[in-house]
Amino acid sequence: MASAESLGSASDTRSLGEQRELEAMREAQRGEPPRVAQSAQGRSWVAASVKDAAIAGFITAALGLFFLGLTTDGPSGPLGIHTRWGALAIAVAIVFGVRLLLNLFLFKNPNPASTAFSGIGLPAAAISGISKTLGMALLVVALVLPFLLIQFVPGQSRLYIDLAILILTYVMLGWGLNIVVGLAGLLDLGYVAFYAVGAYSFALIAQNFGLGFWLCLPLAGILAAFWGVILGFPVLRLRGDYLAIVTLAFGEIIRVVILNWYDFTNGPNGISGIPKPTFFGLEFSRGEDGVAAFFGLEYSNIHRFVWLYYIILGLALLTNFVTIRLRRLPIGRAWEALREDEIACRSLGINTTNTKLTAFAIGAMFGGFAGSFFATRQGFISPESFTFIESAIILAIVVLGGLGSQIGVVLAAIVMIGGTEALRNLQDVALLQTIFGANFDPVQYRMLIFGLVMVVIMVWKPRGLVSSRTPSAVLKEKKRIGADLVAQGEGH
Amino acid sequence: MSTAGPARWDIDPVLTVEHLTMRFGGLVAVGDLSFNVGRGDITALIGPNGAGKTTVFNCVTGFYKPTEGRIAMRQGEVGDETIGRLTASGRQWIAEDGGAVFLLERMPDHEIAYRAKVARTFQNIRLFGGMTLLENLLVAQHNVLMSASNFTIGGILSLPGYRRARRAATDKAVYWLERIGLLDRADDPAADLPYGAQRRLEIARAMCTEPRLLCLDEPAAGLNARESAELNELLQFIRAEHDTSVFLIEHDMGVVMQISDHIIVLDYGVRISDGSAKTVRNDPKVIAAYLGVEDEEVEAVEERLQELEARA
Repeated sequence: MASAESLGSASDTRSLGEQRELEAMREAQRGEPPRVAQSAQGRSWVAASVKDAAIAGFITAALGLFFLGLTTDGPSGPLGIHTRWGALAIAVAIVFGVRLLLNLFLFKNPNPASTAFSGIGLPAAAISGISKTLGMALLVVALVLPFLLIQFVPGQSRLYIDLAILILTYVMLGWGLNIVVGLAGLLDLGYVAFYAVGAYSFALIAQNFGLGFWLCLPLAGILAAFWGVILGFPVLRLRGDYLAIVTLAFGEIIRVVILNWYDFTNGPNGISGIPKPTFFGLEFSRGEDGVAAFFGLEYSNIHRFVWLYYIILGLALLTNFVTIRLRRLPIGRAWEALREDEIACRSLGINTTNTKLTAFAIGAMFGGFAGSFFATRQGFISPESFTFIESAIILAIVVLGGLGSQIGVVLAAIVMIGGTEALRNLQDVALLQTIFGANFDPVQYRMLIFGLVMVVIMVWKPRGLVSSRTPSAVLKEKKRIGADLVAQGEGH
Repeated sequence: MSTAGPARWDIDPVLTVEHLTMRFGGLVAVGDLSFNVGRGDITALIGPNGAGKTTVFNCVTGFYKPTEGRIAMRQGEVGDETIGRLTASGRQWIAEDGGAVFLLERMPDHEIAYRAKVARTFQNIRLFGGMTLLENLLVAQHNVLMSASNFTIGGILSLPGYRRARRAATDKAVYWLERIGLLDRADDPAADLPYGAQRRLEIARAMCTEPRLLCLDEPAAGLNARESAELNELLQFIRAEHDTSVFLIEHDMGVVMQISDHIIVLDYGVRISDGSAKTVRNDPKVIAAYLGVEDEEVEAVEERLQELEARA
């Protein structure tokens, strides 16, 4: 009824013939749901698009009047106001143009262009096959990557191996956090605390007791797991937002304690001179007892980077292997059941306290491993490396990758870490500079682009890049489970 | 009221609830309730909406801690004297040759399911929707598999003991899936099932914990006539083939009257009737509670009730 009335008022402005036609349509559709309004909308969608774009342009003009149109001179000279109407006009034109295009092809178009893409979605079985093949391919590439880099980009191989090490560190952290957030469904915003505990455990043990990397690594993992349990206890009863806030606070507490406990942690000055990992007792040095001399190679500092690369690759693969194994064991299944429904778990005799604590402890342990690797790679650690933004990045990797998906974490880490670093090191900016002007520096926009990519992924794939769940036990046929059926757990 | 000596459920009870009281602030949800659930029986707890049925269930399964009262779960032959001794000892449970007693009001919910072997389902179905049917039934066997995997270490190494336990668990899951007619859908997510099948799966999942007492909270809610009949059949099967007593809350009188050996009627948290289906059906208190009575009739009914009680 409402649509018919609005149609009546709108029809006053139409020509007589058009009104007759509408009358006929209304007659023909009596008793039908009122579809007339839709077809009328369809006819004028171009005009509506232009109008909408014009409104958007006007809003931009109003908002940008002071931000873009006027500019003041800096504090060095006398204060003065200049106008930049050209910049404002460009901004308005961009908003108008983009909005118009979006309206024409997506929002107002009766056949949005997005429907053309919706059919592209692959069947579940194909995705399963692809992710397996992709996983194997990525593993093979990862295993030979340093040699490929040395072979093909000899000048910059160190840079790229370093970047690969960084990405792998985040892959490992993502896999570790995935146990807590993706499998057990407990949103942990303070994961960096365990990273810090691992790094500082290694640094302090190595400095005070003179132990090497390989002995400290398990110790750091155990200590981080211990702190995982300590965090686990107070948050056992918390749900939803409260869980997120307490874990966030825990991350900050650890950082602030490290910052202020000067006698123990050397406070903001950090700890330097952390030993490098040895190659089965051999050091990567120029001397007689170095690795290069032992193998009869010419000394090059790239050897140490290659070795670091393989250490983190090994650690990351260990994390992956353990996670995949645990998922198929009762404990992993209990984690996932906990994410689905905690009360049902209790009714089946599952001790949810222990289950949550093991998830926190094992997730924290891998965080601790990654932390001690970070310490040995950098040789220097300070509280500044363990701020909340690290937790946020790791969580973003897990969420963008798809909660609970191992391969998704890898893809997200490559996109997020590799992407931002690639923007930082962008060599060939001539093309971009011809578009955006000679002063354009992509490095300054990398966080903006990074944010846009995140928004795009979340609009396009709201449940992450790999948004389906693989069953942990199969009777006859493995079918992937769509993300819409899988619960997200607490705090999402 | 009964004339032919003590009833069967009073002679050989599996669950004994005594003076159970549950208060939420000033509200008495359940007041001084006592009843027995007989071994091997199907016992129904019925009553109008808000009578406190689910509260009783939550107390029995440990989701609420009762304000007062004793809830004793017996496995095997155990006398009242043992329960008294256990109560005085302050322990949660006691196992002797021939049986064990568990004081449920002292135990946490997961221990009740694990040790006392009381399983339950929920009024609003609580399946693990994103997990397959098989996974749902494997999660229910968590404790068995967990100890078989030596708390995960044996599982990671895939020791033969764990592999055997895993196969046995899968076999049991398959057995129940076959029983509830969902074997073809074993690898589908549970949330994809139609409502009636979800109800059956939830019962099967509870049965995978090998319970001695199965508590079902409105198992027939939302089922059509055919599905109700299937449910009846499933419950009869569970009673006949497994060492499991069934204790259920139900509004569907067709189901209740057909399959129950023993019915307890609750109204405003108080037991108003207790007996076989026939006794309960003809009890004027029950009729009054369900159908309601006119104001002027209340006194007449109450007088009649007092007469009846005096006679009994």
